[in-house]
Amino acid sequence: MKASLHKFGEYVLLMNKAISIPDRWSMFFKQLIKEISKLGVDSLWIVIIISIFIGTVIAIQISLNISSPLIPKFTIGYTTREIILLEFSSSIMCLILAGKVGSNIASEIGTMRVTEQIDAMEIMGVNSANFLILPKVVGLMLFIPVLVIFSMFTGIVGGYLASMITPSLPTSAFEYGLQYYFNSFYVGYSILKSVIYAFIISSVASYFGYNARGGALDVGKASTNAVVMSSIMILLADVIMTQLMLA
Amino acid sequence: MIELRNITKSFEGRTVLNDISCTFEKGKTNLIIGRSGSGKTVMVKNVIGLIKPNKGEILYDGRDLIKMNKKELNMLRREMGMLFQGSALFDSMTVLENVMYPLEMFSDESNKERLKRAEFCLERVSLTGSGHLYPSEISGGMMKRAAIARAISLNPKYLFCDEPNSGLDPKTSLIIDDLIHDITQEFQMTTVINTHDMNSVMNIGDKIIFIKEGVKEWEGSKDDVILSTNESLNDFVFASDLFRKVKEIELDEHKSK
Repeated sequence: MKASLHKFGEYVLLMNKAISIPDRWSMFFKQLIKEISKLGVDSLWIVIIISIFIGTVIAIQISLNISSPLIPKFTIGYTTREIILLEFSSSIMCLILAGKVGSNIASEIGTMRVTEQIDAMEIMGVNSANFLILPKVVGLMLFIPVLVIFSMFTGIVGGYLASMITPSLPTSAFEYGLQYYFNSFYVGYSILKSVIYAFIISSVASYFGYNARGGALDVGKASTNAVVMSSIMILLADVIMTQLMLA
Repeated sequence: MIELRNITKSFEGRTVLNDISCTFEKGKTNLIIGRSGSGKTVMVKNVIGLIKPNKGEILYDGRDLIKMNKKELNMLRREMGMLFQGSALFDSMTVLENVMYPLEMFSDESNKERLKRAEFCLERVSLTGSGHLYPSEISGGMMKRAAIARAISLNPKYLFCDEPNSGLDPKTSLIIDDLIHDITQEFQMTTVINTHDMNSVMNIGDKIIFIKEGVKEWEGSKDDVILSTNESLNDFVFASDLFRKVKEIELDEHKSK
């Protein structure tokens, strides 16, 4: 308990150091563009591939499991849409991104720590936390809505493709289900959740990377811990936000 | 000039540095030598402000580092250059971008002038034409030279080098030593080098401070090392047969004079 509180205190202090006015705005924007490209744009392909396949699988699974004649066929499209909008494209996608982006951030900053690159910045008088962490946090928070929207779109496309190849799932019923009782608030809710998850992923991974000590093995440990901890925090935040915004 | 007055540092009750006082002079290469675990690295970390001593004063041309607030310390650090043992070049940047980095962060000059300064620094360390390469694409010696170029890009008053020759062959080590010595005199910097390398001691040791178990055991120049009767220093510097023979020859020559 004491160790956890100590770590939380360290995390808060690090964020306090990182979230401050940059020494040079020109350098901050240069870094921001790099981070958006590296953490966001480079994640697009995995988001698209996973969303198409999961969208397809969700639609097929639901069509196979809802075989009662009392339940209309359009329920499959409706349920697929709700799952994708409410949970998959935000929470599940961010859990996947915690693996890809989180380990990338932790290993990058951790390697810089153990090879004295961060010390070199500090000796120069640079606020290393601000220079390294802030562009990652801002970049991911700015770009994650794009990833979520792509995920929603491609997930639904995946479900639609399933309706084209599954005899028990008529395309017209699926289309009707997609439009049935649509609540646009869910899109905003999902995007808002993902922005908070983006902060969790980038800041938690940065914390573990920044505090890595030792050698390559410790960087690997920091990377693993970053993924595990940010995944737990995402799930916790999911429960809290669902309770606050939907219940 | 950097002056250390009665520096003491302990970790969990264990005294690593005990009442060390010395002066690092301007325009000279000041070497800190000593066995592994003697407290050299802790001493350098104290001097550059990465660790705070429990007692004592560290004066940079009269300004006490320990009494400085964060802003003053950051301003002082802009007058420092540091060469790390592993070079610590930024992997994601090219050699030129590495040298440009301090200039982009702190210089108010135009981009054209910054580029000109960076190219001058690369030329000074004989790396003209290598600016487009990434650290992973160059040799250990070139990495050290690139790190020196980055360290001097803001024209620092104080240069710190941590084991500048580690991992380098003897010939490249000499080149790096001479380069550090030359730029120290050329730019009139106060250079502090933490080293194990006895070639460096005999080659560029304008001033040498020998640390033993956290205490300053001996102080002098490379010429004084030869004549020194300090047993601990002789055991450390002349540990190899080669250096022992060199000392004997030098002493014979000195006696015959």
